[in-house]
Amino acid sequence: MRVSGLEYRGVSQVDGPLVFVQGISGVGYDELVEIVTPSGEERLGQVLDVSETAAVVQVFGGTDGLSNAGTRVRFLAEPMRVPVSKRMLGRVFDGLGRPKDGLPQVIGGDLRDVQGKPINPYAREYPRDFIQTGITSIDLMNTLVRGQKLPIFSGNGLPHNRIAAQIARQAKLLREDVSFSIVFAAMGVKYDVAQFFVDSFVQSGVISNVAMFLSLADDPSVERLITPRSALTLAEHLAFDEGMHVLVIITDMTNYCESLREIATARGEIPSRKGYPGYLYSDLASLYERAGRLQGVEGSITQMPILTMPSDDISHPIPDLTGYITEGQIVLDRDLHQRGVYPPVAGLPSLSRLMKDGIGKGRTRDDHPHVASQLFAAYSRVKSIRALASVIGEEELSPTDKLYIEFGKKFEQTVVTQGEFENRSIERSLELGWEALRILPRAELYRVSEEELAKYFDQPAPKEAQA
Amino acid sequence: MSDPQRTSSTPASVGEIVRVNGPIVHARNMAEAGMLEVVEVGELRLIGEVIRLHDGMATVQVYENTSGLRPGEPIYCTGRPLSVKLGPGLLGNIYDGIQRPLERIRATSGAMIDRGEKPEPLDEAKTWPFVPACAVGDDLVPGKLFGRVQETGSVEHRLLVPPGFGGKVTEIAAAGDYRGDEIVCRLDGPDGKQELSMCHHWPVRKPRPVSQRLAMGEPLTTGLRVIDTFFPIAKGGAAAIPGGFGTGKTMTQQSLAKWAEAQIIVYIGCGERGNEMTDVLKEFPELVDPRSGRSLMERTILIANTSNMPVAAREVSIYTGITLAEYYRDMGYDVAIMADSTSRWAEALRELSGRLEEMPADEGFPAYLPSRLASFYERAGMVRTLSGERGSVSVIGAVSPPGGDFSEPVTQHTRRFIRCFWALDRQLANARHYPAISWLDSYSEYLSEIAAWWESHDAQWHDLRDTLMNILQEEVGLQRIAKLVGPDALPDYQRLTLEVAELIKNAFLQQNSFDEIDMYCPPTKQIWMLRILVRFAERARRVIQAGGTLPDIRGMKAMTRIVRMKSTIPNDDTAAMQALYDEVDGELEQLERRFA
Repeated sequence: MRVSGLEYRGVSQVDGPLVFVQGISGVGYDELVEIVTPSGEERLGQVLDVSETAAVVQVFGGTDGLSNAGTRVRFLAEPMRVPVSKRMLGRVFDGLGRPKDGLPQVIGGDLRDVQGKPINPYAREYPRDFIQTGITSIDLMNTLVRGQKLPIFSGNGLPHNRIAAQIARQAKLLREDVSFSIVFAAMGVKYDVAQFFVDSFVQSGVISNVAMFLSLADDPSVERLITPRSALTLAEHLAFDEGMHVLVIITDMTNYCESLREIATARGEIPSRKGYPGYLYSDLASLYERAGRLQGVEGSITQMPILTMPSDDISHPIPDLTGYITEGQIVLDRDLHQRGVYPPVAGLPSLSRLMKDGIGKGRTRDDHPHVASQLFAAYSRVKSIRALASVIGEEELSPTDKLYIEFGKKFEQTVVTQGEFENRSIERSLELGWEALRILPRAELYRVSEEELAKYFDQPAPKEAQA
Repeated sequence: MSDPQRTSSTPASVGEIVRVNGPIVHARNMAEAGMLEVVEVGELRLIGEVIRLHDGMATVQVYENTSGLRPGEPIYCTGRPLSVKLGPGLLGNIYDGIQRPLERIRATSGAMIDRGEKPEPLDEAKTWPFVPACAVGDDLVPGKLFGRVQETGSVEHRLLVPPGFGGKVTEIAAAGDYRGDEIVCRLDGPDGKQELSMCHHWPVRKPRPVSQRLAMGEPLTTGLRVIDTFFPIAKGGAAAIPGGFGTGKTMTQQSLAKWAEAQIIVYIGCGERGNEMTDVLKEFPELVDPRSGRSLMERTILIANTSNMPVAAREVSIYTGITLAEYYRDMGYDVAIMADSTSRWAEALRELSGRLEEMPADEGFPAYLPSRLASFYERAGMVRTLSGERGSVSVIGAVSPPGGDFSEPVTQHTRRFIRCFWALDRQLANARHYPAISWLDSYSEYLSEIAAWWESHDAQWHDLRDTLMNILQEEVGLQRIAKLVGPDALPDYQRLTLEVAELIKNAFLQQNSFDEIDMYCPPTKQIWMLRILVRFAERARRVIQAGGTLPDIRGMKAMTRIVRMKSTIPNDDTAAMQALYDEVDGELEQLERRFA
């Protein structure tokens, strides 16, 4: 058998974030490596490829200052692990789970493999609990449920951070008085973005219930590959061992994917689309799938990854593959943003796949599914009428089409638009939806049932119902 | 074919790992190993398959996570190819890509999947009510029936002599309860004495033999109007559903798995979401098959290799699925298999190929991608089985093209091997028009083959269908003009076409899978809906010709009833459909008289 912690002096090659070590034996795939620079600094790494006598190691701390002869490499015979404990809430860590707030390492916690293990689909509980975020465009049109993974597809300069912070502040369940614990992972974002979240958590008084994993823009890029895994490993512990409801916010997935590409290129792998490795899908899935609920377990992991679409292109491999894995997406729209709409949630491309089972009678309100469907259909009509109006002029439109244009304005200005600190109840959101629909002729509303029309369309709810 | 044990207490030979690169492991001392042989890798005995041999060195793809595996660890040969175990107990089960039952894995390793688990695919302890179907002295050949088991309330499991076996029956068990592995029949054949239990193994990459391939003539009705009426698939056919994310591939696949008129459904979640499989697992047992009146789960086998499960097992999952499908086909059943999504499978091929440092073709996919796709889709078909019965396997593969762009390699190659193409459209999905199957880009080459079946229900079927299709096609041209000049500038009869096309979309093409009535639409109701819409189109045109205006048509009382007929009139209530038809006819006739 092998001795733990075999140490070797000297590396044969240093190439970007990778180090090649020769003359080794008994090293395992994926195992953790400690690299000591000639000046005595310790860095962590991970084995990417191993044969009988050589190993390829990716170094999380960057490879600057390493030399062929003076570098020492210690193979630790264990996978990359992070401590997990309830006491990590309220603390700040780096991407590898080491304290970054000047306080000592959390003691007494378990050590867990950051890669995690796949959840058995048979053991999952189907997520159905409506989360009220207080944001109408999400609650009414793209409902979030507990245990869902719903990313925000954004662009540079759009207010995705403010929306994520608002959701973290306002998210709650309708019937239970349970607040969410928040695990926050930042990869390659600027210091002030991270600080914005800290401030926001402090202001709303939840900071003691937040664990932050920060790998900022000036930290080594390879560390970003571990950051979300560290965060999710803690989230899994909190949710499935401690029975807590965890909201995981990960920003920015685009930086994560850039790091993945960097490693793949350094290894000389055959690239697929836009230079990203062929396993980008599987790799992203290994993160996103670490969300959900388990049968017989109280806790849940709800994931909200944020990604900025390079040049707002939703067909770019990062948003594209993400959309194939996550359960919908909240897409932010630059045009709405320019027109001063907050939150600029794009009406049509946004989607929540788990919405169908989280809303309706006994969950939100009986008319919710049909109202949402009707709003989508009507708004989609608005889009095509606007395209028509841009050619023939608004004056030439038929009377019904003009009503649609008016509906579109009302929809964007009263249903979608709301304040950053405005927390709307689902009833209020539904009422706003009906109010917008009332602009249209009754006969146009074929996606809502006759009874719903009688109940909500013909008799507007009294004003005091507004929350 | 002998029936080797799945576990390898006495391994044929032992090799040694020399390199580990993700799911690909290289080993030496493997001269004894055969190509595509199953091996157990490392001290954890992870399951793998030999995919390349060179001078005693073997390249192995491992179906489990290889973290911590080191060079120098042993690798055990098992002497058998990757196989599935076939026998009663498959139905209602959920397996991973290499037929490990997820329910039993959960029992032993908890909510997260541990490595090195090797539970038996079928419950060895469970007994089945065996009924013999042969007598001592009978001469049995492969495919011959020797017994029956009522596997679930709706499915009788027919025990057939497996390929490679045969001879005179020397002993047959009496009717009674037996375990799956118990010997129930002994044969004295040309190759010596043989024993048959209710179970046998079959290598997944080898199609099961049939006696003859047959022409297709019957539609596989699905309850989805846009498919059954406009782009039908035949029993034994192959279809693809390509679409970008969020266009409803999975929803369509699940809808097909629920309502397709097949006796057995194999649903493969290949590299997709875990929650989707959970959804199926929760929902299917509660749904009732409109034909058998039994729970849908009783006819369903699920294979779940979700996106976070090992990539090599994803590659093999579709072979596992189709082998199970062929097994039930051989009993004379119509089987439908849904693979969601074949793109993830192709990506698994690409990832493995990259690790093997093979020369890539299109977009990094290996050059053998088309031949692999072809060999998968070719396992679909209507056949005469070895026992002389008719059976079929219909394959419906979802394709997830990057960026929704159908010109990418997987969609393009798939198109060559399927005959039914249901293109999902982003615009329709955005407007929440589901199923978002585009009536412009989709096609079915089975139309002429199965028209006769529909015409036996209504001789006019083909004309009715074509009439609606023509209106939809005409609309596209008119919309192009309307976009430039506004719809009001068009003459009334053309605006009527736009109006009718809109009605067809809302009343017929769009289907609500959450509505209790509309989720499934039987062929007879589809025909009635066709009749009503065609009648409406014809008569409304006559009204316009007689001098009526569009508002007259729009103001008809019957209009809302037509839009809502899909969800308000019960599926088997033909009298109500007839009444609506008469009402539409009558109201339009009155209108026409007013102007005449």
